[in-house]
Amino acid sequence: MKGFNTLFYKELLRFYKVAFQTIFAPVVTALLYLLVFASTFKGRADILPGIPYVAFLIPGLMMMSMIQNAFANTSSSLIQSKITGNLIFILLSPLSAAEFFLAFVGASIVRAFCVAVGVYGAAVLFVPLPIEHPVFLVLFGLLGSAALGALGVIAGIWAERFDQLAGFQNFVVIPLSFLSGVFYSLRDLPPFWQTVSRLNPLLYMIDGFRYGFFGTSDVSPILSLALVAAFCVAVSVLAMALVGRGYRLRN
Amino acid sequence: MKAACSAPAIEVVGLHKHFARVHAVRGIDLEVRSGEFFGLLGPNGAGKSTLINILAGLTRPDEGRAAICGHDVIANYREARRALGVVPQEIVFDPFFSVREVLAIQAGYFGLGGRDNKAWREELLHTLMLADKGDANMRALSGGMKRRVLIAQALVHRPQVVILDEPTAGVDVELRASLWLFVRRLHKEGHTIVLTTHYLEEAEALCERIAIMRDGQIAALDTKEALLSRAVSKTLRVTTAEPAASVPPRLESKLRKRAGNILEFSLRAGTDSIPEVLESLRVAGHVVTDIATEQASLEEVFLALTQGRTATGSR
Repeated sequence: MKGFNTLFYKELLRFYKVAFQTIFAPVVTALLYLLVFASTFKGRADILPGIPYVAFLIPGLMMMSMIQNAFANTSSSLIQSKITGNLIFILLSPLSAAEFFLAFVGASIVRAFCVAVGVYGAAVLFVPLPIEHPVFLVLFGLLGSAALGALGVIAGIWAERFDQLAGFQNFVVIPLSFLSGVFYSLRDLPPFWQTVSRLNPLLYMIDGFRYGFFGTSDVSPILSLALVAAFCVAVSVLAMALVGRGYRLRN
Repeated sequence: MKAACSAPAIEVVGLHKHFARVHAVRGIDLEVRSGEFFGLLGPNGAGKSTLINILAGLTRPDEGRAAICGHDVIANYREARRALGVVPQEIVFDPFFSVREVLAIQAGYFGLGGRDNKAWREELLHTLMLADKGDANMRALSGGMKRRVLIAQALVHRPQVVILDEPTAGVDVELRASLWLFVRRLHKEGHTIVLTTHYLEEAEALCERIAIMRDGQIAALDTKEALLSRAVSKTLRVTTAEPAASVPPRLESKLRKRAGNILEFSLRAGTDSIPEVLESLRVAGHVVTDIATEQASLEEVFLALTQGRTATGSR
């Protein structure tokens, strides 16, 4: 257990030491989105009844930041350690594959929550944002960031160069997170795009997370929770299998 | 943790490893006894690093098994890794942390971190002349210092078996001497030391038994003395009362050097005899006042066993 604690602590320390880049920068980015979209769409009709557009945006931006940062934390830590060679210190230790995986994903969840709290803390200064269902909020936050943390483990193990990882991030994670209903409601889309959007697992994370704030959502929160949990389990099983087999880690 | 193992320090049976078309390790059997100072030599590409990586769990073998202190490196990897400390060949470091943080983290991976371990970590810093750099970031250290940190990291959990993979490459003479003093101390305390080095004089000075690898196999494995006795030649240095202008014709082919009244002959082991050389000199009228013999170096044995091999780079 102590080995796991140490790796978890080391991964926390890794992003904490560069918090300006890992916490503050994503918070500022999310707030810029908020500023731009809120100003641009000022006065448009409420997407959810009784909820101003700017308030509607905040949970989506929080979850999008969590998703992107959870992914970035595990994937960048792994690729840096692989390329600089210092991953050897972990591989030489008696840590199990499960300890390895959980420590990396655990730290990515913490970073995701730090960013989310930062965005929330700054946003509520301007927009009142009550929390209707805190349990759902925490559950979606945990499962969503764990899933993307696990996906980051897969990408970090698979990628052998920084540009491969950047490709994964720019062509998979960012499009999926932008097209997951952060800026609009599923109901605003034409039927075809609604169907396509329903294939995006990140949609359920954002919709469910938003339900935690407003108590209303496009998809049933229980269904979203089940789908997000299933996605989280699936990527975790795959990531664990790769770590356990030592794929691209232990020759 | 006790310094000695109750089982062989390293046991390798029928080990094979392929990388694409390269058969890097070809059926190695090897046993290193607990408490030995063991040398693992061979040219680049001989398979030393692959063998070490298999022992460390960094590479999975295709066939065969390996154990550290009786613990299988795959089935009982936790115990095997607790018993093993590896100083990697390449200088690698984590740029986010200071030296003390790096050592504390490494100890933590092994479940250690109490007061005893902290005292040991400080002792390592002191012994490796890093005490004043303890709070410096890894990026701020010179190459030699980074290598010393690697050594400290490998020893932080007091492993019974220590593998030093070319630990003195690029290390200055003074540090090299202090490093060997420290390694000798570990050996004296009962730790098993496995050393790979390109400085053959280091292996000759330190190791009790030596394995020479070639083409993924063990070309020779013996005590240092037995290996040296395989040498094809040794040197006989003769001092004569007067400078010798010539030597008897039958000795001319063996004469390697003539300087004043010193004659140096290269004798083939097993066929040339020292008394016969001395007798020939006496018959030719030379008065021999002193003789000295010099055994061949490990380098000569190494070259004889590995010659014809093209270096292909370390794996």
